Amino acid sequence: MIIDHPLLGPRDAAEFVVKGDASLIGRPDGMTASPEDMHDYMYLRDNTAGEHRELWYHEQGDRSWLVVTRNTLTHEVTKVELARDVARAQGRSR
Amino acid sequence: MRYSALQILKEGLTGNKGWIPAWREPEPKAEYDIVIVGGGGHGLATAYYLAKEFGVTNVAVVEKGWLGSGNIGRNTTIIRSNYLLEGNQPFYEFSLKLWEGLEQDFNYNAMVSQRGILNLIHSDPQRDAFVRRGNAMRLSGADAEILGPDEIRKMCPYLDYDNARFPIQGAIWQPRGGTVRHDAVAWGYARGADCRGVDILQNCEVIGFVMEKGSCHGVETAKGTIRAKKVAVCVAGSSSRVMEKAGMRLPIESHVLQAFVSEGLKPTIPGVITFGAGHFYVSQSDKGGLVFGGDIDGYNTYAQRGNLPVVEDVCEGGMAIMPMIGRARLLRMWGGVMDMSMDGSPFIDKTHIDGLYLNAGWCYGGFKATPASGFCYAHLLATDRPHETATAYRLDRFRRGAPIDEKGHGAQPNLH
Repeated sequence: MIIDHPLLGPRDAAEFVVKGDASLIGRPDGMTASPEDMHDYMYLRDNTAGEHRELWYHEQGDRSWLVVTRNTLTHEVTKVELARDVARAQGRSR
Repeated sequence: MRYSALQILKEGLTGNKGWIPAWREPEPKAEYDIVIVGGGGHGLATAYYLAKEFGVTNVAVVEKGWLGSGNIGRNTTIIRSNYLLEGNQPFYEFSLKLWEGLEQDFNYNAMVSQRGILNLIHSDPQRDAFVRRGNAMRLSGADAEILGPDEIRKMCPYLDYDNARFPIQGAIWQPRGGTVRHDAVAWGYARGADCRGVDILQNCEVIGFVMEKGSCHGVETAKGTIRAKKVAVCVAGSSSRVMEKAGMRLPIESHVLQAFVSEGLKPTIPGVITFGAGHFYVSQSDKGGLVFGGDIDGYNTYAQRGNLPVVEDVCEGGMAIMPMIGRARLLRMWGGVMDMSMDGSPFIDKTHIDGLYLNAGWCYGGFKATPASGFCYAHLLATDRPHETATAYRLDRFRRGAPIDEKGHGAQPNLH
């Protein structure tokens, strides 16, 4: 698979480490979240068959976090964004 | 029909006209006591033990494709019981004991071959860890020995003992480990279940569950509604997709594991060998091919194929311990979809929905677990209580802070 990095252009997927579902960006506030919410965030996954947004870390590159939109049935990559842009768009400060 | 040497002789002398199909192809009945979703190794084993050990024969196994079309035919056929943790090791030892008596039990040649498994040690801390593991194995009644390089040299003279980075300092050796002809396991269980009255319904995809007042009373399938007192899902690889139809989210991600076979070679590898400083395991099939594998690819996928970086990584692992394989050519490679769970351990449990049961999350250790998984799932379905070796495989274990994490990696499925 080739990941079209927004800053560096097309890169081999082997340079990356995959973290998992991009919803992991939205971690509940540990001080106020219920144990149930925290459990669901930590341990449950949609595990979608089809279009899947996921966090990739460019470990052997510029060490940026990316949100990659990829089809889990065909491995086709349709969109690559910087995770910080996605997080900020969701209202996170950083 | 009972298979035996005498039967072969008789059929041979009478033109082989007496053989009958190993299982029927029945039409679904309107209702069963138990419907098992998934006709792979674990589902068929569950049906077999339900019928044989627990006397429940009004059972159907519904399968989307053909019998044994998933991971039971895609693994590297290794059996072993060399786990560390209390929630796991007694279960896998129970499984190995069932493997040992399996062929006589279900009257089918599954080529169970206990040629031993050798886990190589490359450093002092690894020796400490393996000695500890060996003790845990022996406490569960399994066999384990620590060998030094000289003893391994007698068994496998071709390993790269004095590799500068990964010198071989010893190994943990489980003589009772080995390999099994994996397709024959599915066929043997299918035949054993079928002849006791279980209906195996192939090409019968489950498209939904029959839910009434919050409990499960059957399945909607491609061949119509089949009602059941209990529905037992057993579809590792697709667990999330199936359980989503019941509104459940699981602590599971689907990943692909690749496996490889070389061209046929003369007998050289006696049992199973695993590399301790990377991830590579190899055995030699009876046809002579080297059967080997390594890590999962590491990204979520339902495609039964992987990518090239892992092929390179696995082959590098092989070359690091066994440089002689560099001249062998790769014959075939394939991928299977794994249920990777949040702690690397499986689930055999009732769900919160009455009448709905789940067997899932086998990561890439499901093949060796097939007999015990089937036995324990059958026990749960028949008695509504977990089998004594499977009490830890509960769905709520993360909520209770009781994961079974052999590797200690935490809730990161692609690291288990």
